[in-house]
Formats: sequence, C-alpha cells, structure tokens
Amino acid sequence: MSTPQHQMQQQAAPAPNWQAAPGTSYTSPIPVTRTHLGHALASEWTKIKSVRSTMWTLGVFLLLVVGIGLLVAAQTSDADYAEVPYTIPAFFGLILGQICLITLGVLVVSSEYGTGMIRTTFTASPQRYRVLTAKLLIFFVVAFVVSAFAIGFVGLATSGMHGGASDNKWGGTVLMGALYVSLLGVLALAVGSMLRHSAGAITSMLGVVLVPAILPAFLMMSESMRTIGEKMQEYNAPNALAQIFELDSDNGGGGPQLALLAGVTAAAIAGAYALLERRDV
Amino acid sequence: MIEAVGLTKRYGDKTAVYNLSFQVRPGSVTGFLGPNGSGKSTTMRMILGLDNPSAGQVTIGGYPYRKLPNAPRQVGALLDAKAVHGGRHARNHLLCLAQLSGIPARRVDEVLGVVGLQDVARKRSKGFSLGMGQRLGIAAALLGDPQVLLFDEPVNGLDPEGILWVRNLMKSLAAEGRTVFVSSHLMSEMALTADHLIVIGRGQMLADMSIGDFISHNSADFARVRTPDTDPQQREKLTAALTEAGGQVLPEQDGALRVTGLPLPRISDLAHGADVRLWELSPHQASLEEAYMRMTQGAVDYRSTIDQRAGLQQELQPGMMPPQQMPVPGQGQPGWYAPPPPQQGGQPFAMPQGQPPAGPYGAPAAPGGGEPNPYAQAAPARPSAAPELTKPEDAR
Repeated sequence: MSTPQHQMQQQAAPAPNWQAAPGTSYTSPIPVTRTHLGHALASEWTKIKSVRSTMWTLGVFLLLVVGIGLLVAAQTSDADYAEVPYTIPAFFGLILGQICLITLGVLVVSSEYGTGMIRTTFTASPQRYRVLTAKLLIFFVVAFVVSAFAIGFVGLATSGMHGGASDNKWGGTVLMGALYVSLLGVLALAVGSMLRHSAGAITSMLGVVLVPAILPAFLMMSESMRTIGEKMQEYNAPNALAQIFELDSDNGGGGPQLALLAGVTAAAIAGAYALLERRDV
Repeated sequence: MIEAVGLTKRYGDKTAVYNLSFQVRPGSVTGFLGPNGSGKSTTMRMILGLDNPSAGQVTIGGYPYRKLPNAPRQVGALLDAKAVHGGRHARNHLLCLAQLSGIPARRVDEVLGVVGLQDVARKRSKGFSLGMGQRLGIAAALLGDPQVLLFDEPVNGLDPEGILWVRNLMKSLAAEGRTVFVSSHLMSEMALTADHLIVIGRGQMLADMSIGDFISHNSADFARVRTPDTDPQQREKLTAALTEAGGQVLPEQDGALRVTGLPLPRISDLAHGADVRLWELSPHQASLEEAYMRMTQGAVDYRSTIDQRAGLQQELQPGMMPPQQMPVPGQGQPGWYAPPPPQQGGQPFAMPQGQPPAGPYGAPAAPGGGEPNPYAQAAPARPSAAPELTKPEDAR
C-alpha cells in the first residue's frame, strides 16, 4: 500500500543528505564532535552521583562494614590476631554489606528501565554497548573504591587497637575483599540489564548469594548429593569472603572462589551485551 | 529528512505497523495523525532505533538511526515526557544527556531557559506537573540543536500559553529549515501547526498529503436544506428534484436534508421550480477534525460504547415503560460526519490521483445509514427516518 504517486511527486525533494539543498536545510553553528566512551563515562558519572539511591546504598554499606567492623574489633583481644589479618572484623560487615552493593548494581541499570529513562538514554546514544560499558566501569570503580576504603579503614583501626599482635600482611585482603564484593555488584548490574526489573533482579541475586550457602545443609543429608553439597559450601559467596579474609587459613586465600565469580560475571556481561543489541527498548 | 520504506512491526500475531512508506521533508512541520493504538508511537520508536522493524527500514538523512555518529546532534526527540528518572533534578537530567553527546554544560542552562524551566532546574523531576515534564522533554530534544526533530504528543498537559509556545516553536524550527515531525490527536492543533499530514490507522497509511489537499479531498462541503415540517410531501418532492439534478441527498435526524454536489443557488432554483418552500438553506464546511474523524472511523481500535446503565437498573416490572433517555449528540448517531463528496464514489476518504481504496479501510462506510442509531426507535416517526430503523444491537 505504498504511495507511488507521492514518491513521484517527492522526487523533487533533496536527496537524503545532511548538507543537501542549501537554504532549506538547517546546520547547527555548534560544531559536532564525534562521541566516544569518554562521553558515556562522564554521563554515567553524572547519573550515579545525582540519584539518592546511590547515597543510600553506599551509606548503609559503609555503616555496616565500618560499624560492625569496629564493634568486632572492640570485642576482640590482641591474641585473636596472632594468626589472622587485621581486616577480619570487616568480614562480618561485608556479609551484610554485599547486599547493598548488589542492590546498587541492579538499580544502576534497572531504574532506567523502570522509569523509562532508558529510552531517553538510548535515543541520546544509540550505541547501546557504549552505555552499558560505561555503566559497568563507573559502577565497578565506585564499588571497588568504596569497599576498599571501608575494609582498609577497618584494618587500620583494628591494627591501631591491637597493634603488635602479629605482623601478618593484610593489604592483599583489602584488595581481594573489595574485588569480590565489587564483582558481585557488577554481576548484579549485568543481571539487572538482562532482567530489566529491579525487584526481579535483586531477588535473583539474593538467590545467587544465599541459596548456595543454605542448600548444602540439606544436600549433605543424602549420600549421592554430598559432593555437590561440598562444592557449593566451598564456593558460596559468604564462604568465599571467609576464605579471602583467612577466617580458617587451612585452604587457600579465596583465589578459586574469586576466579569462579569472575567467570560467572564475565558470562553474565556477555549475555547482557548480546540481549542489549537485539531487544527492543 | 526522514525516509521510511516498507516499515513493518509485528509483536507476535499482532501487526502494529504494516508497510509504511513515507518521507518527512525539511522546512515544514509534518503532522502524524492516527487514533490511539494506530502505531504512531511504534513508528516513532522505530525511527529512533529503539525498536527494530520486522521488515523494511527507516533512515534519517540516509543513515539508520543507530548508525548516526552523534545522534542527538542530528535528531532530537520527545517520546514520552515521563521517560526520566524522577529522583534526578532537571539540570542533571539534561546534563547527563548533554555529556553523552559531548555538548557543553552551558548549553543545558540555555535550553532550560528556552523552555522556561530555569527556576526549577534544581528541583527533582518527580514533582513536575505533566506540562513541566513536557517542557523538560522538549528541552532534551533541543539540546543538540538538531536538524531533525520528533515530538510525540508535545502539547499534552500544557496550558494554553504553553500550547501557543509549542505551536510557534514548531513553526520557527521548521522555518529554520529543520525537519519537524509531530504526532498528535488534537486536530485543531494540527490544523494550525502542520503543513503536511501523514495519517495512519491500524498501522497502515491512510493519507500522505499537504494539509490543504487533505481538507479539500476529505471535507465534504454540503448544504443543509429544511422544508416545512408540516408538509412531508414537500420534502419528498424536493428530494426527487435534487436527485434528478445530480445532487446527493441524505436525510438528517431532525428532518433536514443534507445536499452535496449542487451549489446553493441551484438548490434554491430547483426548489422554486418544484414549488417547494424552504425554511433553511445554509452552507456547511467540514473542519479538519471532521475530515479526520470520517477518515479514521473505520480504523479506530478503542471505541466507546453507549453506557446503557442496565447493570445498575432494577428489573422493570412487566408492563412498565423504560425511562426515556435523551440522545446525546455524537453518541451512536449516524451521519454525524459529513458525507463524502459525490465524485469520490462513496469512498470514506480520498487519496490524490485516484488512489485505490486503502486495504481494509477502503470499504465504503455507507454514510448516514452505516451506523444504526439506537435512539432511532424512540424518534418520532417521520417518513424519511424509516430506512434507519435498524436493530440497535449492532451499533458499535
């Protein structure tokens, strides 16, 4: 049902070209710059710092990690740190605090879908992969800096309170711990981008964190499921953090757990990119 | 310049947009009209690369939207005034959009001034009224000083001052040589703003023509002729005389006649010749709204029915008469819109140069008698009202 007659009439119209038909076509006096990832990063930085949910989730995270950390440090004695790093009080806060980072990670992307902002964003930048890349990078940097600060602060405070008990190196636990919870947040962001729904994505991520921590207790009861249960117990998120902070220093420093999380996160990001380009917004 | 070729979008079984081909040219305001659910917004989203077409393609200045190197500098769009994060204040909302395309921050303050939101720039947009939201959306569209502008229902929720402002803004943007594509269902607004019209219904093209052509092709100028109520035979006589002279005569509800195809003096002469007195002989011209409503009446997805209020009424005692309801003008009345001009052979609308009837909507929508009137039974019996006494249950 096209309109051939019209197209005939409209042959006189300018050819599809920006600079066509001088005098009838408008050209902006502001020079047009070629956009790149830097622009998207600046935009995402403005976005993340201009909503209250960022302040709330990061504020609660700091309160949990530092508050619980200092409480634990105050309740322990010098002798408790003979075998373990000074950052260990931060572990207890991180178990709860990781949920804040998961929430923020999901909200960074799903709040745009929830409010419809994503259509405005993708109209302003049809290069969708660039927007998601900027979101991932900005969120990762923010989460890593904030969690490293919180863990480092707890470590410094504890070593101040219980100084001289041991000369265990604890710098590595700050980086590893911050990396682990930040990656959990990045995974949440990727899941949020795939599910596009805040509540759904947060619930899924809580399942990812909590189910492997609870399920082994039931799996251990049956003989055939025992190996699965043991693996789950070894690699679940709370246990991974315990390994990183050398809560029981008999097996490893959390390296395999971190590698697993990195693998899962990479897969989720790949899935998010694949869906992002294909789906309608 | 926006160019769509065979644009089609399907959602599962439902075809939202089917085979749209059109061009939107620079230097004029192009209105995009259609009833609710006709596919206007889907088409807009496909132009902006948000939805992928199932078939066909649409380009802006020769590029698909998603291939534009810096889209906001070439195309500005207002799709949905509510598509903002309500927790972010107006200036930051625009700033993050500006940064995405490398637009300096002072341009943000500039457009805030243009839309008159400078005083609420640091208020969270959650608290904005619909009109303020529209202004913020327009600001976002103007941010990149683009050559092509798309607006989806821009005057929704604006006060009269705001409507006037948008109207003048569109015209001045087009006068600068930009391409302006505006969807709306406010006919009166389009009549004042647009130079060219693209009309769709149920996702298909109904018309693509200049606004003057649209009105002259679709508005049916007619004459209303009233003969003395006291003498129905005079009316019969006049009807016969006018039909014989090549006019088209349609009876109206109140006993008047609608005559098309004959100039007023000729009607008067014929009446005189037939020795019929006239109580009224008046010219009527259909507005753009009337032309549009008549064109799209076959393509409306969401049509209101008459509220019978039967569910609220107690069952009537046998023998009691139901209360008489007064007819509401425009509700379910036949021939509310002007009949088509006779030369179009009963087509509900016309494309220039004798377009073939447009698919499913090309079927003649027999004016006047097409939609039976549920109130016709209650109307006082007049000879000419008889053919309209059809069953009320198939009133749509």
